[in-house]
Amino acid sequence: MRYLPKSPVERQEMLAAIGAKSVDELFSSIPDRYRLREALKLPGPLSEAEVIQYFKERAAENSVGYTSFLGAGVYNHLRSVVTDAILQRGEFLTSYTPYQAEITQGTLQAIFEFQTLMCQLTGQEVANASMYDGSTATTEAVLMAERLTGRRRVLVAHSVHPEYRDVLKTYAKNSGLLVEEVPYAADGRLDTKALRAALKEDVAAVVAQSPNFFGVIEPVAALADIAHGTGAMLVVAVAEAVSLGAVRPPAEADIVAMEAQSFGLAPSYGGPFAGVIASRDKYVRQMPGRLAGQTTDTEGRRGFVLTLATREQHIRREKATSNICTNQALCALAATVHLTLLGKEGLREMAQQNISKAHFALAELLKIPSVRRAFDAPFFNEFTIKLPRSVKLVNAQLLREKIVGPFVLGTAYPELTKHALVCVTETTTRSEIERFARALKQALDQPV
Amino acid sequence: MDEKIKKALRHTSQSEGLIFEKSSPGKRAFELPPLDVPAIDPAKALGTNHRREGVEGFPEVSEIEVLRHFTRLSTWNYAIDLGMYPLGSCTMKYNPRVNEFVARLDGLATEHPYQPQELSQGCLKILRLLEQCLLEITGMDFITLQPAAGAQGELTGLLLIRAYLEKQGNPRKKVLIPDSAHGTNPATAVIAGYQVENIKSESHGQIDVDRLRELVTPDVAALMITNPSTLGIFEQRIPEIAEILHAKGSLLYMDGANMNALTGVTRPGDLGVDVMHLNLHKTFSTPHGGGGPGAGPVAMKKILEPFRPVPILVEKEAGRLALEQVRPNSIGRVKAFAGNFGVLVRALAYILAYGPGVRQATEDAVLNANYIRKHLEGVFELPYSLPSMHEVVFSDAIQKKNGVNTMDIAKRLIDYGFHPYTTAFPLIVPGALMIEPTESESKEECDLFIDAMKAIAQEAATNPELVKTAPHSTRVSRLDEVAAARKPVLRWNPSIRGSAAD
Repeated sequence: MRYLPKSPVERQEMLAAIGAKSVDELFSSIPDRYRLREALKLPGPLSEAEVIQYFKERAAENSVGYTSFLGAGVYNHLRSVVTDAILQRGEFLTSYTPYQAEITQGTLQAIFEFQTLMCQLTGQEVANASMYDGSTATTEAVLMAERLTGRRRVLVAHSVHPEYRDVLKTYAKNSGLLVEEVPYAADGRLDTKALRAALKEDVAAVVAQSPNFFGVIEPVAALADIAHGTGAMLVVAVAEAVSLGAVRPPAEADIVAMEAQSFGLAPSYGGPFAGVIASRDKYVRQMPGRLAGQTTDTEGRRGFVLTLATREQHIRREKATSNICTNQALCALAATVHLTLLGKEGLREMAQQNISKAHFALAELLKIPSVRRAFDAPFFNEFTIKLPRSVKLVNAQLLREKIVGPFVLGTAYPELTKHALVCVTETTTRSEIERFARALKQALDQPV
Repeated sequence: MDEKIKKALRHTSQSEGLIFEKSSPGKRAFELPPLDVPAIDPAKALGTNHRREGVEGFPEVSEIEVLRHFTRLSTWNYAIDLGMYPLGSCTMKYNPRVNEFVARLDGLATEHPYQPQELSQGCLKILRLLEQCLLEITGMDFITLQPAAGAQGELTGLLLIRAYLEKQGNPRKKVLIPDSAHGTNPATAVIAGYQVENIKSESHGQIDVDRLRELVTPDVAALMITNPSTLGIFEQRIPEIAEILHAKGSLLYMDGANMNALTGVTRPGDLGVDVMHLNLHKTFSTPHGGGGPGAGPVAMKKILEPFRPVPILVEKEAGRLALEQVRPNSIGRVKAFAGNFGVLVRALAYILAYGPGVRQATEDAVLNANYIRKHLEGVFELPYSLPSMHEVVFSDAIQKKNGVNTMDIAKRLIDYGFHPYTTAFPLIVPGALMIEPTESESKEECDLFIDAMKAIAQEAATNPELVKTAPHSTRVSRLDEVAAARKPVLRWNPSIRGSAAD
């Protein structure tokens, strides 16, 4: 087998050195009756060429050749080949968690740079080295708020990503946390009147997403004022991180939970991505996840280490701030390299292109007489339209034109079956937008 | 240093500051295609109160500077690609490059989790085949590929147990955890709403079965067991342990972190385990990437199936696959979308490359650990003498007499060209040296490692100061962790200057 570096003779030599007659003897501690007598029924072995062939065949059964208008938490953005060249350096790819700081300064400094970039983006003071994804980051942010306030009720905007809310509920179910939802208003933003009514002195956190699941930008500063009025914390989830290149950061939030997939990570059928938690310095000791910090060595030279580990499970065990161990380090590195490449100007330009293209797309779609805009608050690169009929049926027709239509809001919001969430990024060309508008018009012109 | 040591000694020491310190306004490393629609003023589109004028402090550098910056940083890392990485419990094995290649294919990396399922059959077939392979390997009945890492797998497993017991009327209160367990076990039990009760190991390092019998009360939901244990020892009485638990209506959870010792040799499902997680970034070779991403699939017996997290992969008419989002008894969703798909692709590529021959990998891993044990026994103290599986745990008791501890030995190992083993874990061994070579090491690399360890033991006896001040060959020497934690500096700002780059 090509991955195994031993010859049969070497194996024998090693067995002899151990004093074992056969390799079976090494497994003598496993009771005989539980040892497998037969080989596992697994496909393979495959040569490298056959492995590639297998996956190419699977890839060909997917959506190659289609144009997509899906976003809803996973975004297609430009990625530089430079990012992948760095990611595939074995020194990053095949290194472990940097517990041995002297020989992992590369990873540690990159994490420190990641933490810095995340702070700059979110307007917060401290950011961790990554969480699994936006959904678990949001959940852990809520648990952090629970610890900080000692309160057990959480108000979550109904316009937060449905899967993020689901994950929060899964985690909350057994920790005594009470999760309630706050409706959205007619303009697509969180209904502040309903929020005020639900907000009592027992609320640990108000959770909103911006841009929210409908693509609409939430008034973060105002929400913070409302939440703080009763001593609750404001948690802001950011699912489309490119928005932060043009949209005011959620600086007034107490905790920001972000999905960094938009920064250099492929959609990859939903993962691996990189979650982030950013917050205030004063809350750092209640943060989950790893943190890299600057320090000096015995000669006074700058270096970096994982720090404040007394929050973590390998030290604190059942008293840890979270059970997270493995995080999404390589994905965070991808985001770091990607953002360094984009730089100040590149990110600004990318964000502005998203705004321009999405607004162009909305205008094109609104030329179709039966298409309406659903929520009229400002948006970034996603917007909601209302069709005269079920989006599901329309999407089936679009597929015939090799177009993957917009997200069917009805799958998560039963009251919105005719509503579609359209995503347009800098990767969508004008001609694709125009083709989509034509195909949609055609689909809607057909009798039901 | 011992002249006979052949492995490379020098660690690269090119200086490189923080990227923010190289920034100069007006430089850029990325250009977008020109905008092909009318430009819209963001202030107009968003409203001035939502508008941001670029991110303050973001770096402005050119492409060559970015590439050099990260390439230089990379040279400060040790990696499997450079040599043996004998971190116990971490299974740092070779990460095949073809796995990276296939995970990046157009049609896999490009797929959106919400695209229609008829356009996702390739992705779903990959998930299905991986499920089948992992079920065959574990001997379990059902599986979920959702969890993002081992710790999330643990949580998923405990939530399954909780849901199952709740359905029977009582979720119970406690989870039993051996004192040798990974820290994630107790941390996870708390999130699942359970109290943790620790079980002391008996004198041979195994679960104290008699004590266990007393501890399994009607309050106990489950026992979380790592097998082989973190001592690298197979829990021989695991079938009996399962019986004790089952007789009281409790379930057996197995932490599969050490599955690299069992794959193809025995199956947890046959041993009486009810639910377990696998760490695909350990046993199934997906790269650790400096700390992640991983994947922590959870395999289970039939009784737990109704509670599996959504989405659930199902087969419809004519072999068409689909992800079901709603199940009445499901514990819910543990992560957005369909698991860490890219990691799952790599794990399947690994399994396909081996096929049934994966047993050979297990055998070589155990062979390597025992070979190292044989050569270092006596040089280092072996606190537990039961047979080792894929890893061996020594202690620093002999070297301690000269004031040299496991961390010192580990740091000195760096000078000899190796990554340290796991230090100070498991907690039941004071001053532990936990060594897991994996199957990826040749006899030659194992011999070099043994020579290095013997040389360090010699140094500890004759020149302890040399060991205690190691490493001596790295770009930075031992770092002040106390200062880092006392006054945390967790981000760059213009007032921070370091001397390394100056």
